[in-house]
Amino acid sequence: MSPREALLHDLTMKEAARAASGARVDLLLIAELVEPGSRVLDVGAGDGELLELLATTRGCDARGIEISRAGVNAGVARGLAVIQGDADIDLADYPDDAFDYVILSQTLQATRRPKWVLEQMLRVGRRVIVSIPNFGFWRVRLDLLLNGRMPSTENLPYSWYDTPNIHFCTIRDFVALVGEVGARIEHATALNGYGQKVRLNLPWAVWNLLGEQAVFLLSRGK
Amino acid sequence: MSESETVNDPNPTEAGGQERPVGPGRAYEALARAQADFPQSEVVRFGPERSLTLDAGVTLGPFQIAYQTYGTLNADKSNAILICHALSGDQHAANIHPVTGKPGWWETLIGPGKPIDTTRFFVISSNVLGGCLGTTGPSSINPKTGVPYGLDLPVVTIRDMVRAQAMLVDHLGIDRLLAVVGGSMGGMQVLQWAVSYPERVFAAMPMAAAARHSAQNIAFHEVGRQAVMADPDWRGGRYLLEGTSPRRGLAVARMAAHITYMSDGSLHRKFGRRLQDRDGRTFSFDADFQVESYLRHQGEAFVDRFDANSYLYVTRAMDYFDLAADYGGVLANAFKGAKTRFCLVSFTSDWLFPTSDSRAVVHALNAAGASVSFAEIESDKGHDAFLLDEPELTAITRGFLDSAARTLGIA
Repeated sequence: MSPREALLHDLTMKEAARAASGARVDLLLIAELVEPGSRVLDVGAGDGELLELLATTRGCDARGIEISRAGVNAGVARGLAVIQGDADIDLADYPDDAFDYVILSQTLQATRRPKWVLEQMLRVGRRVIVSIPNFGFWRVRLDLLLNGRMPSTENLPYSWYDTPNIHFCTIRDFVALVGEVGARIEHATALNGYGQKVRLNLPWAVWNLLGEQAVFLLSRGK
Repeated sequence: MSESETVNDPNPTEAGGQERPVGPGRAYEALARAQADFPQSEVVRFGPERSLTLDAGVTLGPFQIAYQTYGTLNADKSNAILICHALSGDQHAANIHPVTGKPGWWETLIGPGKPIDTTRFFVISSNVLGGCLGTTGPSSINPKTGVPYGLDLPVVTIRDMVRAQAMLVDHLGIDRLLAVVGGSMGGMQVLQWAVSYPERVFAAMPMAAAARHSAQNIAFHEVGRQAVMADPDWRGGRYLLEGTSPRRGLAVARMAAHITYMSDGSLHRKFGRRLQDRDGRTFSFDADFQVESYLRHQGEAFVDRFDANSYLYVTRAMDYFDLAADYGGVLANAFKGAKTRFCLVSFTSDWLFPTSDSRAVVHALNAAGASVSFAEIESDKGHDAFLLDEPELTAITRGFLDSAARTLGIA
């Protein structure tokens, strides 16, 4: 397959998937990583989009924690198992190995204690899936370089003073954190600015430049 | 309070239902009293061979349960939902009350097309043990003496109430309930159901509830009981025999309790410092303020339909409730291996059963690995919010019950 064909193929896949489910691309990617029929905890579940996707397409026993009252109430009203809670506090209440997967989608950067949150997730779930917006993305770097203002992109639209994102990191930063908490990266995917997978097994430094966001599947131990 | 409202407007209360302006008084009271033994409800009577062993260590029997049902039980008996009422509620959740003539206390949620949809579900609502509207309580005739039990009735607990309800559910031929739903003391019963009969409860929805009654709540209840017992007409609990009625004491108990069902915000919004039908202060102890008039009205209306001794028994049952106590003080152990799916709801301005109480239950359920949803609903209406028309409560109840019904393949 030529690069062009691959691109078209990806676009079609992406559009088909979106049309079928209306779901965000990163959520579809995450759902693909989850074994059907698993027990899953989604931390920062929002209005339950991923939970519903996991329950309906993967037959999962999917549960969520969400900090916003509106999100929780919307999820529960949809018949999903969502509790109002704060990842920075409430993960401590779950027993070890309570879930097959614990998922943190685009939320790590909004936690007060990202390292603690990641450690708790690795304790509660046998596997952990984390998706992060990449602050090392070339457009972010260029924005800061040229404009000298804190970057805001389509994915990260907030001004610096009202952003919920208090702990930004880059793909390389996250990879370093994974090492620090003693976890192993089983799988990683970077998505470019068009929501397409960055192909090829490139060094982290390149992904760090090309990936607007990244999805990691982690397990315990090196 | 909007311009058009007056303090005599129907106002849903923790009692459930809306209070009619005080009128017949004693006549209502007599009507209510008659319900104790001959309720205008379905009644199931359990003979001495089916007596109930109570937590107090004694047996109660024969005894009876008064209940209402709405909707139709389906062929495989899988669509039954049990409603548990609060302290001063009763079985008349979704029908005109036989004493007060008011709509049922939970018609916001129960009815055709409502979240507890009586066209889909078979809804059971029973009067609690110790109550006064037809289930055996202190105003029921003691078959051994031929006169009302009064204080000879053993003290009952939430678990005793639930044991009795389980016998009713047996009587109706139902193995597993699709859901058990209730608020406040009703929520305590829901939690007890899930712990006592986990395999019989598919879904549990305790609202504005707690796994144990707090010291503050026990304290409020004690004030209420002391008010009743301080009324000379209480006669050591023998008022039914002596032809008196501790109306003033029970009314004061209700007034104090009613404050705890509301919030500073809702009292301020409804009444502020506005005066009742007068232009200025009277420099007396009349009900100058609207809020005083309102509370007096609430107290008066309550004694027309509620038995004073029942109030003692039912408040006591709540005080004794501590779900973790039988599990070494570890609430999570009470839910170990729970297959029941839970949905808890609390309200931001509820200071009687605050969100922290619900959250403690959620933490325990998480620790036990149970399936749990939890939502705190923004409301300034205090504890009573669970009885009121709260759109988010309606949506959550509908979503949770729909999902449970879908899972069990109930049309």
